[in-house]
Amino acid sequence: MNKFWIMLTHTYMNRLKSKSFLITTGVTLLLVIGLANFQTIAEKFTGSEGGDSQEVAVIGDKHSLIEPLQNQLDMQKASVDLAAFDGSKQEAEQAVQDGEYQAFVELTAENEIPSATFYANQIANTTLSNKIRDALQQLKVMIAADQADIDPAVFQQISSPVHFDTIALEENAKTEEELSEARGLVYVMLFVMYFAVLMYGNMIAMEVATEKSSRVMEILISSASPVAQMFAKIIGVALLGLTQLTLFMVVGFQAVKMNQDVMTGGIFEYFGLDDLKVSLFIYLIVFFILGYLLYATLAAMLGSLVSRLEDAQQLIAPMTLVIVAAFMIAMFGLNAPDSGFVTVTSFIPFFTPMLMFLRVGMLDLPFWEVGLSIGILILTILIMAIIGARIYSGGVLMYGKSSSLKDIKAAIQLSKKE
Amino acid sequence: MTLQLHQVTKRFGHAVAVDHLSLTIPEKEMFGFLGGNGAGKTTTFRMILGLLDPSGGSISWNNETISYEKSHLIGYLPEERGLYPKLKVKDQLVYLARLRGMEKKSALRQLDSWLDRFHIPEYKEKKVEELSKGNQQKIQFISAVIHKPELLILDEPFSGLDPVNVEQLKKAVIDLKEQGTTIVFSSHRMEHVEELCEHLCILQRGRPVVQGKLKEIKRSFGKKNLRIHADFDVEHVKEVPGVVKYKQTGEGCELQIENESVAQLVFDTLHGKGFVRLFELEEPSLNDIFIEKVGASYE
Repeated sequence: MNKFWIMLTHTYMNRLKSKSFLITTGVTLLLVIGLANFQTIAEKFTGSEGGDSQEVAVIGDKHSLIEPLQNQLDMQKASVDLAAFDGSKQEAEQAVQDGEYQAFVELTAENEIPSATFYANQIANTTLSNKIRDALQQLKVMIAADQADIDPAVFQQISSPVHFDTIALEENAKTEEELSEARGLVYVMLFVMYFAVLMYGNMIAMEVATEKSSRVMEILISSASPVAQMFAKIIGVALLGLTQLTLFMVVGFQAVKMNQDVMTGGIFEYFGLDDLKVSLFIYLIVFFILGYLLYATLAAMLGSLVSRLEDAQQLIAPMTLVIVAAFMIAMFGLNAPDSGFVTVTSFIPFFTPMLMFLRVGMLDLPFWEVGLSIGILILTILIMAIIGARIYSGGVLMYGKSSSLKDIKAAIQLSKKE
Repeated sequence: MTLQLHQVTKRFGHAVAVDHLSLTIPEKEMFGFLGGNGAGKTTTFRMILGLLDPSGGSISWNNETISYEKSHLIGYLPEERGLYPKLKVKDQLVYLARLRGMEKKSALRQLDSWLDRFHIPEYKEKKVEELSKGNQQKIQFISAVIHKPELLILDEPFSGLDPVNVEQLKKAVIDLKEQGTTIVFSSHRMEHVEELCEHLCILQRGRPVVQGKLKEIKRSFGKKNLRIHADFDVEHVKEVPGVVKYKQTGEGCELQIENESVAQLVFDTLHGKGFVRLFELEEPSLNDIFIEKVGASYE
């Protein structure tokens, strides 16, 4: 077995067995399972809380309005029971404070048009008040329409939502379904990319910084070339990430499958994941791998510059900011994928993995644009790998109190002949 | 199988760390590298190992350049000790040995025999961070020799060890040499070099100031030490021509003299003055040579 594989498996196994990895994975798995069962869990809570309908007292002399209002509430499937309250306002207040009712409403009417004041112990929770307000709004419209002698059929026409379809004229433009499908994938890609870079980039930088700060590095680089070490780390952590993501997906998929009857029509329909285009999937994988490689190389390079573990975070902060910026632009781009800003930034290699994928998914791009961006990305990765390897082999021999980006120059100098 | 450095130079920007250093380190010998702090010892080692590229000159081992393909032939104990703090001794050493081209099985066998030799077999399953500094150093030493290198480079191998451990390690180094390992080591401690090496080189600001066989260096240094114990005041001997240094001691004095014949002159001045209990002519110690050669330029 050659040294590259020894180092790769060492990185992989060591990280796999580390406590932090096991805990993170465990917690995330619980989260995934929790998320898949969210609907069931949420229903359990609301079920116990709002299973019985809420009692609301109504005061004022407009008792005739209570019945139509109750009808409106029932039509909205709001579990609110209105009850006429004969006492005074003070007595109603007392009743609410004693917990007999959830709240009380003072109904008044001017020219038959109803208005109301809502009283409750707390008004922070607007669920109940909103239900009543909506119902009253409906009632008001109906009464007003009635007063104006509008034919109910005409009224129906006025209030029904307009029928509106969007159709793209360009032959290859994405249809509505394709777009929602792409949007779903882009979302997934953005989040996975974002977290992968943050987590695994961090991991690589830490891995390098640990070896450096513990000074085991000097033995390592006298045994195997720094370049091989750097890539063994990058790929070792990539495999680890793959293991983790696969685990998440398998568990997530199983959890979703078990809850399928609850979930149908939910996320899946929104994401349109049931009918995917193969090409988009290939792009996803290509952009993900390239994006990972770019940021991982950067992280390894930065990690090799620090001499103390504590400084590692500080030094990779700029990298984190770049990925956050890419994420923000992508979020903006989801609604305006054809804007000039997104177009331009999608060719900047650090943004390409997220933004070009977004454009490929949402727009109909000529192949040369995608090809060009992939070319630029690969070229950047190669350059970064060469520079990174140089800095790595110099950086690992550098120990000093300063750990700034200025050290890059010193590291390159150290790895050169002169 | 000699290690040859030919006109090796290393510059860092404008600073010259190693300046046209030429050395021949014979096979199966122990070679001592001496020098003050910042003399260029570690830089030289790093160049021999290929961690740094020389700015000029060439280095060859057995007439071939040293590259990563040969790393299984070379053992290295860096000056800055370092192991994975969180890894168990066993995992650690097996990993490092495999990187030097060893099979896992034979690495484990070697590991056991070395741990036994240092009387620390109980540390095999312990994490390195749990060990004392001296024991960490033994583990570090094992990591340098576990794969039976032909060329062993030890940067300050004995620093930070108690006398018992120094003896243990010295014994191990001597055994390795007898088994045919070529050893290069650096030290601040002259007595270690004096005890272990046949050949040595004193570096100063990247330049060799003294170089060659220990015996020849001592002989060619010329100056000798003279120790006198007497019952009367001997201070007048410092006036004798040829006496370079005079140091009063409790029982008499210690002199450094230019050559052997000066001893005769000194002896003549003592004659008839009283009882001389000790009159001893000594070879100069490496310490004297070092201070003379390196210290001179500090002043």
